[in-house]
Amino acid sequence: MRKLVIVLLAGFMNLSVINSAIAENYIIDTEGSHAFIQFKIKHLGFSWLHGQFNTFSGSFSYDESNSTYSKIEVEIDTKSLDSNHAKRDKHLRSDDYLDVKKFPTATFVSTSFEELGDGKAILKGDFTLHGVSKNIIIDVEHIGHGLDPWGGYRRGFIGTTSIKPAEYGLKEMDKLGPHSEALFLTLSIEGIRQAYEHKVID
Amino acid sequence: MLIKNDQNNFGLITILLHWLVALVTFGLFGLGLWMMSLGYYDDWYQQAPDLHEGVGVIFFIFLLIRIVWRWINPPPKSLPTLKKWEKVSSYLAHGMLNFLLLVIAISGYLIITAKGESVQVFDLFNVPASLTGFANQEDIAGEIHLLAAWAVIGLAAIHTLAALKHHFFDKDATLRRIFGLK
Repeated sequence: MRKLVIVLLAGFMNLSVINSAIAENYIIDTEGSHAFIQFKIKHLGFSWLHGQFNTFSGSFSYDESNSTYSKIEVEIDTKSLDSNHAKRDKHLRSDDYLDVKKFPTATFVSTSFEELGDGKAILKGDFTLHGVSKNIIIDVEHIGHGLDPWGGYRRGFIGTTSIKPAEYGLKEMDKLGPHSEALFLTLSIEGIRQAYEHKVID
Repeated sequence: MLIKNDQNNFGLITILLHWLVALVTFGLFGLGLWMMSLGYYDDWYQQAPDLHEGVGVIFFIFLLIRIVWRWINPPPKSLPTLKKWEKVSSYLAHGMLNFLLLVIAISGYLIITAKGESVQVFDLFNVPASLTGFANQEDIAGEIHLLAAWAVIGLAAIHTLAALKHHFFDKDATLRRIFGLK
């Protein structure tokens, strides 16, 4: 028995050694809907209009000690746009705006991640929307991480950024008026850590 | 003029219902295309859809009345001069027109109500949602709505050309009958 414990302990220590050498891989928990991609845009300059994309998927790697191994990829189903008003959603999905038939997915692929300390970070990457790719900068804040009550390990972040949809070629954007040029995006994600793969990710 | 159809003539009610449906069909079609083309800051951006939807619901009620009326008071017999293929094709075309008009009305309703919102009919009443929440319901219903609308306009054009053919070439009573003329 004691021998077994020692072997197990050795195993764990071994794992933790590997742990520091490789990034942790996470799948974004869209299945349990602990992740949200929300947007807001000003309506006529009088109020905020909120909406979200209901369907997306993604994964990220996180390395506490070496942020070059921290990266994220997200794929958004543009058809899943939801602003809680059927007629508006239909219009926003049409070729006047997102043209979801022609461009069914939007993607974000990170190119760099820089920890600023104090739980803050800067994430840069290529955002592809409506077939147009642009480099964007996302302000990231660590929310928390640790064991969940069901035997898993989770880590969550929130990211905020803003884009100008007109620059991505959304046709009718410029008709919404000067107050509605910028669209603010919030990416609220929680990842579930995956079993370690014994290889270094680069 | 007769109020009800008899064996050989259309009555007033059938004639009025026919022309009402014809007029409103083209009106709603034009209004629908026009409202889709409006920009966000156009005066009619809000009102045009309200009008389209309100009239659309009332139109649907008239479509149902018309179908019930056709059942209570069947149309007159076909003219004896009609050839077999003319009888068959006109029967199919009329059935198709009625079917497509119902499809347009229902699909329009399913666009607006896709997320549980109701259809407001002016200040009179509203029609609550029933079938909601199908994946991309408003988009699919929207495509059906537009396609069926173009199909109705195409069929109505053929229907009109056929009536003119009967009037000017066959010189029969087809067109006169639907105006209540002998």
